[in-house]
Amino acid sequence: MTSRPTRRERYERARRRRSNVIAAVSTIVVVGVLVILIPMSPGWDRVRQAFFDGDVFRESFPGLLRAFWLDVKILLWSTPLILIASLLLALARNTRSPALFPLRAFAIIYIDVLRGIPVILLVFLIGFGVPALGLSREWANPLIWGTVTLVLSYSAYTAEIIRAGIDSVHESQRAAARSLGMSSRQTMSTVILPQAFRRIVPPLMNTFVSLQKDVALVSLIGPVEILRQAGIDKATYANFTPYVAASVIFLALTIPCTRLADYALARQRRRTGATTIA
Amino acid sequence: MTAEPISTPTDPPLLKLQLRTVFKAFGDTTVLDGIDLDVAQGDVITLIGASGSGKSTLLRCMNMLEPVDDGEVLFDGVDIAEPGLDPDPIRRRIGMVFQSFNLFPHMTVTDNVAVGPRKVLRVPKGEARASALEMLTRLGLSARADAYPDQLSGGQQQRVAIARSLAMNPEVMLLDEITSALDPELVGEVLDVVRGLKADGMTMLIATHEMAFAREISDRVCFLHQGRILEEGPPSQIFETPREQRTQEFLQRVIDAGRL
Repeated sequence: MTSRPTRRERYERARRRRSNVIAAVSTIVVVGVLVILIPMSPGWDRVRQAFFDGDVFRESFPGLLRAFWLDVKILLWSTPLILIASLLLALARNTRSPALFPLRAFAIIYIDVLRGIPVILLVFLIGFGVPALGLSREWANPLIWGTVTLVLSYSAYTAEIIRAGIDSVHESQRAAARSLGMSSRQTMSTVILPQAFRRIVPPLMNTFVSLQKDVALVSLIGPVEILRQAGIDKATYANFTPYVAASVIFLALTIPCTRLADYALARQRRRTGATTIA
Repeated sequence: MTAEPISTPTDPPLLKLQLRTVFKAFGDTTVLDGIDLDVAQGDVITLIGASGSGKSTLLRCMNMLEPVDDGEVLFDGVDIAEPGLDPDPIRRRIGMVFQSFNLFPHMTVTDNVAVGPRKVLRVPKGEARASALEMLTRLGLSARADAYPDQLSGGQQQRVAIARSLAMNPEVMLLDEITSALDPELVGEVLDVVRGLKADGMTMLIATHEMAFAREISDRVCFLHQGRILEEGPPSQIFETPREQRTQEFLQRVIDAGRL
């Protein structure tokens, strides 16, 4: 290879330089306008005091982080349970065996009903309804019922994602597996599901991020997790900054998760695949 | 019903496969309209005919990927067209290679070849991989053992697909237009593999558009037209002195297209 750039390389370099300049200029303009215009609005001073108070932020942050641990615990319990439940639901919904018809019918009804109820209503129904059954004290635990609620709701959504993934694997893959003598169960577990899961990583991560945020809804039935803690702090300091601090904590979890998923997917594509089309 | 030993000889000389008035329809369209065919051990039979004449469906019926509507398919004397029969033990013994390869894209080449013996025959992992590598070496693919299917050329992919089938040690191979999706310069490497299989005495049914190859490798050629075997005979007879007018017309079209 000679060191002299090809015609195409020179063209692309010029293009790249040009787009970098444009991006830089437009970013400076937009940020500049925001920085100048927003403080010019009549209520800006009040907003800054109420939402961006540095002292309140520093004081409430450690307590919020501690309260966030409960959200994380609920999340860590819910996620694997949702994956298992939704996989079983998706398989039940796709079953063709007549003996398993009740299972299939159950899956269809379950998915229809639980996808149709807003999570917040489900939190109330489960959170206040189940303890009213008069269970013993150790069962009156918001950690348990919060987790149950999220699993119920999210497994219905996730089941549909998994089902779409299964359906997206071409029939010829099934034919190839069956022609080797694999049973339909072996075909599903070794050929169909591994391909289906790779394809649904982006929507699954989307759902997972959504779940991370919906954990906060559990605060409605009592436990002092981050949203409720932020509410308490808001009352204490008579200032909204704790909500901003809580948002920052959520973002610190959700953004790395989505980046990680994108990275994993890109690596997967590089490893198994041919080149991508620009 | 599958409990009885499948290889019990019923009437010598035993035919490997015997099709008796096989019918198959998709909705209102009759695809196989009474097929009769005898295949002896070691026979290489090619199916030729226009697209839609029923070649692929016939092969798929023999591997029970499509259920037969009526008639019998006797495999070692046992009727495998019987509705409700468990297809898995039969499919283990009949290999199939597809036009579009159908390799498993999430597995390496070696795993593609090893997965059948591992899952179906319960061969231990190390052993299955070792024999997969051996098979790949035989087909000149050992350098690509750790690659993924999408990183291979079409000809290499199809050879891997053949290796995957052979890894199950099948008694019969069904090859469904295995060179139709390949660039012309890649056809040769795949056909060489098939020549090797014939030399090893493999019983094969081959649906193909490669007339020169059909002529070279076949013990018998069947010309299919509208779901029937219109003419059947040794390649020299079919290609040089076809009796049926339809066969003559078909071969003329192939010659006009420069394919013979």
